[in-house]
Amino acid sequence: MIEYTEGEALRDAKAPEGPIEERWAKRKFSAKLVNPANKRKLNVIVVGTGLAGGSAAATLGELGYNVKSFCYQDSPRRAHSIAAQGGINAAKNYRGDGDSIYRLFYDTVKGGDFRARESNVYRLAEVSVNIIDQAVAQGVPFAREYGGLLDTRSFGGAQVSRTFYARGQTGQQLLLGAYQALERQVKAGTVEMFTRHEMLELIVSDGRARGIIVRDMVTGEIERHTADAVVLATGGYGNVFFLSTNAKGCNTTAIWRAHERGAYFANPCYTQIHPTCIPVSGEYQSKLTLMSESLRNDGRVWVPVAAGDQRAPGDIPDEERDYYLERIYPAFGNLVPRDIASRAAKNVCDEGRGVGPGGLGVYLDFRDAIGRLGRDAVEKKYGNLFEMYERITGEDPYTQPMRIYPAVHYTMGGLWVDYDLQSTVPGLFVIGEANFSDHGANRLGASALMQGLADGYFVLPTTLGDYLANGPYGEVDEEAVAEAEIKVRTKIDRLMAVNGTRTPDSFHRELGKIMWDFCGMERTEESLRKALELIPALREEFWRNVKVSGTPEELNQVLEKAGRVADFFDLAELMCLDALVRTESCGGHFRAESQDADGEALRDDEHFAHVSAWERTPDGPVLHKEALEYDYVKMSQRSYK
Amino acid sequence: MDLTLKVWRQSGPDDAGRMVTYLAKDVSPDMSFLEMLDVVNEKLILEGDDPIAFDHDCREGICGMCGMVINGVAHGEQRATTTCQLHMRHFEDGAEITIEPWRAAPFPVIKDLVVDRSAFDRIIQAGGFVSVPAGSAPDAHAVPVRKEDADDAFDAATCIGCGACVAACPNGSASLFTAAKITHLSLLPQGQPERLIRAKAMVDQMDAEGFGGCTNTGECTAVCPKGIPLDTIAQMNTDYLKASR
Repeated sequence: MIEYTEGEALRDAKAPEGPIEERWAKRKFSAKLVNPANKRKLNVIVVGTGLAGGSAAATLGELGYNVKSFCYQDSPRRAHSIAAQGGINAAKNYRGDGDSIYRLFYDTVKGGDFRARESNVYRLAEVSVNIIDQAVAQGVPFAREYGGLLDTRSFGGAQVSRTFYARGQTGQQLLLGAYQALERQVKAGTVEMFTRHEMLELIVSDGRARGIIVRDMVTGEIERHTADAVVLATGGYGNVFFLSTNAKGCNTTAIWRAHERGAYFANPCYTQIHPTCIPVSGEYQSKLTLMSESLRNDGRVWVPVAAGDQRAPGDIPDEERDYYLERIYPAFGNLVPRDIASRAAKNVCDEGRGVGPGGLGVYLDFRDAIGRLGRDAVEKKYGNLFEMYERITGEDPYTQPMRIYPAVHYTMGGLWVDYDLQSTVPGLFVIGEANFSDHGANRLGASALMQGLADGYFVLPTTLGDYLANGPYGEVDEEAVAEAEIKVRTKIDRLMAVNGTRTPDSFHRELGKIMWDFCGMERTEESLRKALELIPALREEFWRNVKVSGTPEELNQVLEKAGRVADFFDLAELMCLDALVRTESCGGHFRAESQDADGEALRDDEHFAHVSAWERTPDGPVLHKEALEYDYVKMSQRSYK
Repeated sequence: MDLTLKVWRQSGPDDAGRMVTYLAKDVSPDMSFLEMLDVVNEKLILEGDDPIAFDHDCREGICGMCGMVINGVAHGEQRATTTCQLHMRHFEDGAEITIEPWRAAPFPVIKDLVVDRSAFDRIIQAGGFVSVPAGSAPDAHAVPVRKEDADDAFDAATCIGCGACVAACPNGSASLFTAAKITHLSLLPQGQPERLIRAKAMVDQMDAEGFGGCTNTGECTAVCPKGIPLDTIAQMNTDYLKASR
């Protein structure tokens, strides 16, 4: 196992004080401003064009900064935010059902199992209302009622209806809103767009982030881009498990490179396993597809009462069905938070009551909803999701229940940032899923879109302005640029030179299996130690036996993949170490050794009410702890019963 | 099942390109089309050959990155489906399948099945937006929108920008793509102030990119994975005519 040492405690020097509802207003006022005439002389690099990166680049462009925006896809509109289905939370209280900024704040802190910062979460809830206004003004076609006002629905972990949605394609519509704002700025000349470009290294000059090294994925050319600040909005690292609901291209390289250059990595072990995904069908499986959590509003989750019941679902009478979420959690029923729903599914499958191939599935049944509301109403709400399910499985969910199983979906961990969203490398800002800040140990449904857009449209533009106003930071050191470029070239040469007998994908698949088996839904000291033996051995084989075909001077998808897999190995190791050190269970991190009599996650607030921020040093990982304090929401064991 | 694939291979923009035959053995009917190609590619890599380059990302039918002409039909014969959502259960054992890139002058081939669709981004840049800087929006309920309008706007807004419409059109027209965005924003009160300049600018950009004109053949909507209706093009033409007066 890898050794680690404990370093000095970490403190968020930007953490605001005073009454929680005044903190963001105070920070906004205390932030220095950049004179409009000076903004166009300041260069900002934004990597990633999802909800966070797209909205940030567009907004910074609108403000007059000189922005360079990068994405690995052929268009910024493809970023994986596009696939978010269910909705976006906002404390509008348009329903008059008792919602408020404070309640959204409270639900998010509780849902995150008391492992997020109160100040950050409050700001998120506060800004949520502006996001809906912004999106509607952009022409995002949210679902509406006949009176012309916006419709909302309920989501897991909440007892109010605060989730705004656009059928099952909310992420798509919000992303297209941000994308269109971004393209408007491209036309206006404030944003220069670099598609099919992948960031492979961060340039750190005089202790500050001053640029990136990228590879043009069409020509293979290695390019240097320097700037006054760098923003990473490169998403999560769920693809370390190979199979996840992430897009195939999602990877950790950008944030891992930044980590290697000094940015601390916080809570890497916090992984969200989404309870409602389409089960794996075979060895060739390349990704998993999510069925929106919103389906749990009307679908009922069940398995047969008896283990090994092979009857078709329609032949099993009600009294022989176990609607286990409704039974165990009567208050929240099918709408318990994701981590709880996932683990409950795993438990019933472990009891031999799972359904479908390999017994790795549970039913999500719409029979009662169709009976109550009629097929048309169900089709209106969920039509596209039902279609997607039918397409993939060949089964009709209107006549037989869906089969679902948990899958890796989101990573709450990410680069450590302060209240200003700045990492431990000055000038390096991290937004959206790529940072760790707002969701604690478990993210509530419909909160990822909220956070990405809050960061990009409203938070970063203020805090980044403050950083830039405190400059200028001098010339970029040419040697630092050259050094970063050499690192990139050396790694590519090394990958090309191995010429072994296994493809990058075969290594990735094996790494993913190690992570799923030993650092997945349930973790133990034994499993994590096992993973920490297997990962370095596999990494060693990778560097000895990987096969990359073609040349680096062309479009080479094998080389792209190999570079990403190489970084996943190192990240996987840190995830397992973090999971091993955190001997408590909290949110998406479930240590089997730490559970109560009912099998629910048992936190250990005395020893673990902190953020684990990892520093990478030549002598191994160093753990810095940032204490978490709760002045407003009383720490309690979560109960959804 | 065993399949014979005839795949367009082109090493770069300057290469003439050719069809090459591959055998795909032991294909499972539950595989997606792209998973079938993954398996073929794994074998090619190990044999030291260049794998077939193709674009893909989300693999759940929403990012719009994938797209190939399968047996002469953009995204294959199954209606309302992206290539990534097409599954092998729709093919017969022993079948021969031809696989080609989108073919249209404004979509030059980069390599094999990968094409350059940046023309679409430039059409959006020309006017496919509402000019509303972050922070300047009124309360979301300030302007009610008729449910029917919101629903129709949504239907047009579901376009994923994959380019199948262009690939299917005998004229290589991007009318369905352009019209979908124009219609989406024209139906909403938020889109009204810029409605006519938007239609004019986007259509002019579409023409400047070298896309052909629409002759109402309807091939575009037939292959569209999101079923964008053909009458959006009528909406586009109406707005464009008004703007051109």
